[in-house]
Parts: sequence; C-alpha cells; structure tokens
Amino acid sequence: MTLIDDDDNVMDTVHKTIIFDDVKITFEDQVVLDGVSFELKRGETKVVLGAAGSGKSTILKLCLGLMRPDSGHIYVLGRDVTEMSEKDLFDLRGHLGIVFQESALFDSQNVRDNVAFRLREEHLPEDEIERRVRQALSFVELEDAIDKLPSELSGGMRRRVGIARAIITHPEVLLYDSPTGGLDPITSTTIIELIMKQRDVYKTSALLVSHRLQDGFILASHYYDPALNHMRPVDGKPMTDVHTSFMVLHDGKVIFDGTAQQLGQVRDPYIREYIS
Amino acid sequence: MEFISPAAFAKRSVLSVQEYSLLSARSISNVFQRPRYVADTMQQADLIGVGSLPIVALTGLFTGVVLALNYSPTLERFGSLSLTGQLVSLTMVRELGPVLTSLMVAGRNASGMASEIGSMKVTEQIDAMRALGTDPTKKLVTPRVFATVFMLFFLTILSDLVGLFGGFLYSFAVLGLDAYQYWNTAYQILTYNDVLTGLVKPIFFGFIISTVGCYYGISTTGGTQGVGRATTQAVVTASVLILVVDVVLAQLLLSLR
Repeated sequence: MTLIDDDDNVMDTVHKTIIFDDVKITFEDQVVLDGVSFELKRGETKVVLGAAGSGKSTILKLCLGLMRPDSGHIYVLGRDVTEMSEKDLFDLRGHLGIVFQESALFDSQNVRDNVAFRLREEHLPEDEIERRVRQALSFVELEDAIDKLPSELSGGMRRRVGIARAIITHPEVLLYDSPTGGLDPITSTTIIELIMKQRDVYKTSALLVSHRLQDGFILASHYYDPALNHMRPVDGKPMTDVHTSFMVLHDGKVIFDGTAQQLGQVRDPYIREYIS
Repeated sequence: MEFISPAAFAKRSVLSVQEYSLLSARSISNVFQRPRYVADTMQQADLIGVGSLPIVALTGLFTGVVLALNYSPTLERFGSLSLTGQLVSLTMVRELGPVLTSLMVAGRNASGMASEIGSMKVTEQIDAMRALGTDPTKKLVTPRVFATVFMLFFLTILSDLVGLFGGFLYSFAVLGLDAYQYWNTAYQILTYNDVLTGLVKPIFFGFIISTVGCYYGISTTGGTQGVGRATTQAVVTASVLILVVDVVLAQLLLSLR
C-alpha cells in the first residue's frame, strides 16, 4: 500500500523504492515512453530489457530527475521527482547511485578522486575518505589502480571504478545503465558478479538496464556466496530468493513485468523472439 | 548544411538567449549560496590569470610600440611629438588595453572553457556530476566566471602598464623623447573618467568571456565534432559581444563625464 501526503509528496517507502505511474516522454515527435508504469520493491533487482532505442536508459535518467517526463509521476524513495526543484533533486540523488553505460568517469581525475568525489562534496575528513575509497575499490577488486587515470584503465576496469563510485555512499537504490555493454564475456561475468554481490550482501534495490538477456538470467539463477567470494547457482535451493525480476520494453510500452520463470512461459511473439 | 525554417530558427535563437541568460543569472546567484568551490576558483584563477600573462604582456607591449610608431609622424608634422605619451596613455587605458586584453583572453580561455566543459558534456560527465548530487553550474561555471572577472581586471591594468612602457621604449629609443616628459604627460592627461572606463570594461568583458564559454560548453551536442563547433562559436560570439558591449559602455561612460 502506498500513502501519499498531498502536502509534501512524501510516501510510505517501506516496500517500494521506485514507482513509475503512467509516464510518457517524447523526443522531437518520437514517443519514447508511452504510459509506462512499474514498481521496484525494496531489495529487488529489476532487469529492464529491450531493443536499442526502446527507452531503457531514459527510465534511469527519469529516476534521477536528469530528464522530466511529459506526463505521469515518478516516485523515488517516496518523493515525486516530477514535482521537485533541481535543488531538492541534488539532495535526493545523494541516496541513489548510478553506473553509466560508458562509465562517465571524470577523465582529468585519478581513480581515487573519482571514487571519492561524493565524499569530498560532503567535506568528510581526508583519512575517512581514504578508508572508504579503499573499501569501495576493494569491493570491486581494484585497489591497485587507485592512482591511475581513467585513460590508463581497460573498459571493464572503468566499469568497476564506476560501480565503486556509485556504491561508496551505500545508496538505497542503484541504477545500472548497460553495465556489461561492449565488454567481453569474462569481464561481463565479473561485472554481473559484482552487481550480484551488492544485491546479496547489502540488499540494495537496483534497476539494471541491459540488452543482454544472459546478464539477467545469471542474476536470476545465481546467488553470491560470501564464504567462497564467488557466485553459485541457486539450483532450487530452499530459502534462496534472489529477488530478481524482469521487465521488457517494446515501442515505449511495458510488455512484460514478472519473474524469470514467468518470462520463460510468455507466448508473446516479440518476447519469444527476444529471448530465443 | 542543414536548412531550417525561419520560424524554427527564431525559436531556437530565442531559446538560446533564454538559456544563456538563465545560466548567467545562476552563475551570479551561486556566489551567494553554498557550497562554494574556493579551490576550483583558485585553480581557474591560476589557469586564466597566470596562464594568460605572457600573451597579455606581449599584446600590450607591441600595441604600445605600434601606437607610438604609427602616430609619431603625424604628431611631428604638427610639432607635437611631445604628446606621444598622452596619446599612448589615453588609447591604452580607455580602449585598447581592455579590448585587446579581453580578445586575447577570449581566444585563449573562452575556447578552453567551451572545449573542456563540452567534452565533459558529450562523455556524460556533466550528467554524472548531477547524478552524484553536485550542481555543475556551481562546480564548473561560477568558479570560471568569478576567476575570469577577477583576473581580467588585473590583466587589463598590467596590459595598460606594459603598453605604456612599449610606447616609452619607442619614444625614448627611436624618437629621442625625454623619459620624464613621456611619463609626465602620459600621467597628466588621464582623468578619473578615463581610469573608470578602463577598469569597468574588463569586468563586463570577463563576464562575457566566461559565461559564453561555459554556455557553449554546457550546451554542446554531437560528439567530438560538436565540441569543435562549440569551441569556435564560443570564441566568435565572445569576441563579437565584447566589441558590441564596448561601444555601448564607451557611450555610457562618456556621458558620465
């Protein structure tokens, strides 16, 4: 149940972190999202699938308030981002983390400064910053690259630094924009394992945009084992809920929203072709 | 080349002016709001001010020399060669000091700002900054505007002095004028209004250079080609605006006499 207080648009966010309510957005006469509605539950990872140009990345930018929809409402952590001023959005964004498609690292700053960016903005003491930067880089297994510039890193390493930068403040919601796009299969699996680790260790809610179905299926069929420091297949183990669902976009509309099992049983010809 | 209808062109132009005005207003209002990026402002002041010293000094020096060189034959014809100091002083302080310094800084820094911020825009670094909870106008624009206005003021004073020195070098070494006479006439001719004009102009020009450079950077689209286009447009627009505003300011400040 959601409770909306008309005075300040604050909602009960015990169970839901993101709610899209009939969102529509158009770019130069082209309808990108047409009445999109969905919810992201607390602790859930939702894999958003769709062809290129189907509006997947737009959903993430709308969540952050980097774009405004033409109509509809978007509630993030209980606040209606469509009604918020840019100043209030900067505060809300402090509770969110995003990993951009091409990492979007600050190319004139080294890895340490990139990862520490948010902490420096909060004026934390330098020793605290150093400790947390090393902790975040250790999470993505990239501590050795702390003094390197983004131009000295491979695509996969840049993506991992992007993840470290996104998780350093322990955000309540993480947004991944095609985190494995353009990477080789081994590096892609490493990135997915990190996302899984974040999901299972910190129980962070996440929206993961991807055009690679296998990323979603790995997330839905594996869990992170801290003892092994590796992912393991669920294989019908009891009490192992990976809290991962799927959403498919086509022609600006949500044509599927459900679990991996339900996705496998869908008869829709577009989805059948997409997952085959 | 892309052809667009006059209506679409007019709409786009009005929108650009609106966005530029909003960015300029925010760059000023940010000065009175937290957070303030003092370290970024100092870094920009170093890049813009100290980095521009050589070209500004050279421009001032050669302008002073060429002023004395070009006008001394005419002054000599009227038997007024001793007024060379006055001529160099008035021209440098009122007009050429502020304008040439600003044009040099525009060529160097408006392009630098447009290309740096433009590259950040096309590689999603501006979006990343916003997503990380930082206002790019506070972090990128205001430090550049503040640093440019502050440093251009002093660069112009330096350019005026070096220009006067250049005029003196030519007058003393080639024309054989007395050093005391040159400096005395150069100083005596200047009125309060002349100095005011010379010091007010760089404040406006600095604001134009930085806001235009940042505006073109922040509105860059179209990848690396777009960055190149933004850089060129920033220099051209800033230079033209400096010359237009110079006329307006000259008229306004003359009326205060």
